[in-house]
Amino acid sequence: MKEKTVNIGDVIFEMENVTKKFPGVVALDNIQFNLKAGEVHVLLGENGAGKSTLIKTMTGAHKPTEGTIKVNGEVVHIEDPIHAQELGIGAVYQEFNLVPFLDVAQNVFLGKEPKKNGVIDREYMIKRTKEVLNMVGSDIDPTVMVESLGVASQQMVEIAKALNADSKILILDEPSAVLTEKEINKLFEVIERLVKKGVGVVYISHRLEEINVIADRVTVLRDGQYIETVKVEKNNIDKNELVRLMVGRQLDDFFPKHDVVPGEEILRVENLSTHKLLKNISFSLKQGEILGIGGLVGAGRTELVKAIFGAEPADSGKIVVKGKEVTIRTPKEGILNRIGLAPEDRKLEGLVQILEIDKNINMASLDKVSNGPFINEQKFNSVAADMSEKLKVKTPSLKQLVCNLSGGNQQKVVLSKWLACESEILILDEPTRGIDVGAKVEVYSLMNDLAKAGKAIIMVSSELPELIAMSDRILVMHEGSISGELKKGDYSQEKILKLAAGEA
Amino acid sequence: MENTKLLKLKNNRFFESYKTQISTFIALIILCIILTFLTDKFFTGKNLISVLRQSSINSILAAGMTFVIISGGIDLSVGAIVALSTAIMGDLVVNTGINPFLGMFIALVLGVASGAIQGLIIAKVKIPPFIVTLGGMTIWRGIALEYVDGSNVYGLPDQLKWLGGGDVFGLPAPVLVAMLVYLASWFLLKKTKFGTYTYAIGGNEVAARLSGISIAKVQILIYSFCGLLCGISGILIAGRINATSAVVGTGYELDAIAAVAIGGTSMSGGKGIIWGTLLGALVMGVIRNGLNLMRVSPYYQQIIIGIVIVGAVSIDAIRRNKK
Repeated sequence: MKEKTVNIGDVIFEMENVTKKFPGVVALDNIQFNLKAGEVHVLLGENGAGKSTLIKTMTGAHKPTEGTIKVNGEVVHIEDPIHAQELGIGAVYQEFNLVPFLDVAQNVFLGKEPKKNGVIDREYMIKRTKEVLNMVGSDIDPTVMVESLGVASQQMVEIAKALNADSKILILDEPSAVLTEKEINKLFEVIERLVKKGVGVVYISHRLEEINVIADRVTVLRDGQYIETVKVEKNNIDKNELVRLMVGRQLDDFFPKHDVVPGEEILRVENLSTHKLLKNISFSLKQGEILGIGGLVGAGRTELVKAIFGAEPADSGKIVVKGKEVTIRTPKEGILNRIGLAPEDRKLEGLVQILEIDKNINMASLDKVSNGPFINEQKFNSVAADMSEKLKVKTPSLKQLVCNLSGGNQQKVVLSKWLACESEILILDEPTRGIDVGAKVEVYSLMNDLAKAGKAIIMVSSELPELIAMSDRILVMHEGSISGELKKGDYSQEKILKLAAGEA
Repeated sequence: MENTKLLKLKNNRFFESYKTQISTFIALIILCIILTFLTDKFFTGKNLISVLRQSSINSILAAGMTFVIISGGIDLSVGAIVALSTAIMGDLVVNTGINPFLGMFIALVLGVASGAIQGLIIAKVKIPPFIVTLGGMTIWRGIALEYVDGSNVYGLPDQLKWLGGGDVFGLPAPVLVAMLVYLASWFLLKKTKFGTYTYAIGGNEVAARLSGISIAKVQILIYSFCGLLCGISGILIAGRINATSAVVGTGYELDAIAAVAIGGTSMSGGKGIIWGTLLGALVMGVIRNGLNLMRVSPYYQQIIIGIVIVGAVSIDAIRRNKK
């Protein structure tokens, strides 16, 4: 292909009337999309809106049924991901494509190992890896194993890998989902650096906060259809407008928090400690209360809730449920004490993805619908039907496999599971992670309903607006202990951040 | 658009979920038709009954293997456990002269016990099933060989012989046993907590644990059940050949795994149905029978069976990848 000089602002990638049909489904319907050199173009849309199909069409994983794609003004038919790479299109997916037991340089050059005299030119590999890592402002050692790197560093390696392949078009698929606040800011610096060099970035995100900081233009998709492309002013986006475009209706209130008068104390934790991390954690929880737990990733929030539930039991300390001291060493014992845990990672920990919805709902309470070892199908079905109706799980059938549901619906199945075993203490670890805006509001409403029904809720969250809006009280953790408790009316993002950093 | 999509999903669910099994079934029918034309003897009552009889042992073992594989494991010790239970039973019944029913009971206990020990190690020491049952494979056979000192036992009592060679209304006893095993397996997988937990563990062990399921208990039960079916097979084999030996059953585990794979059960666990395995075992039985009738040499038979295993799973994989 002939080389063309590309200036910042030139359109380097275009999709015209692109349609992608799968048997029975139109995944993309007449999409218009273009990307300019030196811009961050955000793709916004709920789950199922067609964002991933669009990316996969860009990277050659899918071929469009109709429509044209142009790279640098020339019509191309992207054959496969390798061809996309040759055209300068690189992608960093949510799930990294790195080989854990190879070092950074080997990963950056995977499949493109430079040769000198017939053997791999290790020296050049390391030198070049250093260069591309420099481009993203990272000083990772090219010779360390990828496995030993943190998530944020691994992401940098992925970006470096794309740059090494000379990508002019960089697709980032929800890159912030796995990062802490600090790491996200670092990522934004890297993106800005690349954009200044003329790279065009396609950025996929659910988080309006981020779009505010990073976006030049936003293209909204809904149900596979192109809705609109909006040019946005940094730090001054119209969130309500974007949400309206995305969900097709106005959302008056993101956080419809209802106040509930708390009832009796239902859970008390005294001096809970683990050898590894947790240090003398004490707090109490009342019926109808939503207790927020804030803090940075690694502060011990997940460890704490897993200790209470029995998934990773504590080494010392007391757990008191309804005034009685209890022993909780296994999830089974947690469940018997009417505690339910909706884990952070629905895919890995929350649900059996390849099983049906009804089985997942009954999974923790099969005893209740069985006579001895035999399942009573009538009871089994009615529990599944009741719960899914109560929590408004959207599905054509309860025999649908969970993996076919959206993130929001999956979270509802998790909650259904715990309601089916009559849990009274619900622990929600990052309850809205990976869930689109519309479904988030539904999850918040459910939390309200549950609190009203007298359930006590512990919510671990890294999203400050959510934490502030939904909690009746906030505990902030820092390095395994509680660094502060904030009462309603007394919270602010700054206070939480300070406590989380251990500065208060 | 959304609604029609959902409707379509609903109607197709049966075919969608059982696609592999349906195509295995169709393949079986086609295979039978072809063999009917190619040979005079295939489509005769006598031959069809004998296909069923020949397939019964592999079917029974494959049923146990289905549980193991759905739970995300594998059991390489199946053939060895068959040998252990049959050899010790034969020795006790013929040489020591114990009651044949007590002998059969001992065979079942041996099967369950060896399975349970493996399950216990897999669950508690947390070693991959492949390794534990690989070790088991040589240990159980070693014990069997040592116990009978490598010698065979001939001339079993009538009760045992009947189980191998007798029939009820024309149906051979091993076929009846296999039918019972399949009904029981279906019931266990579909209608009991144990079955649901088996799928859950294979589908996502962490999520299963966090749902309060005792993984260890379920795993021990699964391998014990597989061992029980080995014990049953050991008894049937003894009856059929009117002899017992510590060298029977070599490679049976591989036939069982093949039947499970042809039957569409996912080798990574969490997915599969018991009837698929039965179809898989029948496909293998019909092919072997047909090749015998056509006087294909046993060496060629091995090659063909191998091609069928890889071919069947490939077709399935190719179709899935296309989606």
